[in-house]
Amino acid sequence: MLARRVIPCLDVANGRVVKGTKFVNLTDEGDPAELAERYAHEGADEIVFLDITAAHERRGTMLEVVRRTASRAFVPLTVGGGVRSVDEMRDVLRAGADKVSFNTAAVATPSLLTACAERFGSQAVVCAIDARRLPREEAAQQRWEVVTHGGRRTTDLDAIEWAVRAVELGAGELLVTSMDRDGTRSGFDTELLSAIATRVRVPVIASGGAAGPDDFVAAVRDGKADAVLAASIFHRRMYSIAEVKTAMAAAGLPIRPIEESVA
Amino acid sequence: MSGAVKIAVVDYGAANMVSITKALAAVGAEVVVAAEPAALAGVDAIVVPGVGAAASAMTHLRERGLVEPIRDWARAGRPILGICLGYQILFDRSDEGDAETLGLLAGRTVGLVDAPTLPHIGWNTVEAVRPHPLFEGVADGSHFYFVHSFAPAPAEESVIVARTTHGRPFVSAVARGSLYGLQFHPEKSSKAGLRVLTNFVGLVAAAVNAVAPSAAEVA
Repeated sequence: MLARRVIPCLDVANGRVVKGTKFVNLTDEGDPAELAERYAHEGADEIVFLDITAAHERRGTMLEVVRRTASRAFVPLTVGGGVRSVDEMRDVLRAGADKVSFNTAAVATPSLLTACAERFGSQAVVCAIDARRLPREEAAQQRWEVVTHGGRRTTDLDAIEWAVRAVELGAGELLVTSMDRDGTRSGFDTELLSAIATRVRVPVIASGGAAGPDDFVAAVRDGKADAVLAASIFHRRMYSIAEVKTAMAAAGLPIRPIEESVA
Repeated sequence: MSGAVKIAVVDYGAANMVSITKALAAVGAEVVVAAEPAALAGVDAIVVPGVGAAASAMTHLRERGLVEPIRDWARAGRPILGICLGYQILFDRSDEGDAETLGLLAGRTVGLVDAPTLPHIGWNTVEAVRPHPLFEGVADGSHFYFVHSFAPAPAEESVIVARTTHGRPFVSAVARGSLYGLQFHPEKSSKAGLRVLTNFVGLVAAAVNAVAPSAAEVA
């Protein structure tokens, strides 16, 4: 049976893992390859690197990080942030990544999803959707809008409609982040997740709001997510991947047991 | 024969070459990347990796003159391992793009049936149909990493080593003599995956020793 994945996410700037709030007050937290390897040994089912390097400094640094990580952590690796063309995606994949996640670039140029899926297969193309709740009108269905640039810019896209369209265009997976919950540790927006997961056939990764193991259970059970991503709770060692998986297993969710990854 | 077994990983533009070459090196193999037939000289085994579409994979293999050398290699009974798309193209045909593939195993690659999610992405259990040295030391039902929407339907039951279920069961591992195929990615499957690669390298070493290579073969 297909296991529900637990995915730690690492923010990377200039080749180093950083921690900060809203892209400011960044502190150096270590080497991405080392941290990825540690997470892999602790039971991570996949690693996501989010490149938050300023665009003009980017070229090459992330590729080296990916290359070093893929040489020592034998788990799936997804890279998000800053990839804007088929050729850039090719370079990231050739460096050792399995998937590339598109966010702002996909909103700006939706055909990029199609071009990359045709070249590398849809399984390598992840569409990251940052969604924010819209004020709910009386008796109307809850709606979410797509936001970009880390939540700083709004779009006129409906998040559910964009999710459906992104899959039609070629995305093989959706990484759905609630911008209302991101960084708040108030739990995932399971209503948003299930609204999307019930409309698409591709796997949905839940993101934004994890406070503890029970939230991972809720994201899968109520949000119908196939995988759950979190950054700070793992990074700050508030909870281990093992604790999260133990809670998921106790709730009857299929997981890949920790023993299968302990080196 | 002394030293590590030498394994050629076929490079036909398939995306991620780093993981498979580093994983094979991590389990003790000497690895060469083969983008042309000449690079196959002197190796003990071939690995055909890959993700993507069957039709374009065959086109790229043909452009690089690798189709016939790979066929000849396998037909001579020498060790060869196909992974994911590299496994699918060991069979006669693929429904993905209606492509004619290598034809080393009878059967065709078909779309996954009744899959709750598609692509099938993530860690799924591999259930043994029969014991096989490729899975020695791996507990039955261990998780391996899958990324695919199609899988081969072998015409011969005898080649089937393991099955996995996503919707309906599909064949996730095959073996016939020194020819092996895996639908999952051992190079992305953590400890269990490295164990399978270790076993493969061991099988290659055993095959090499059984043949007792002559100087002519090495040259």
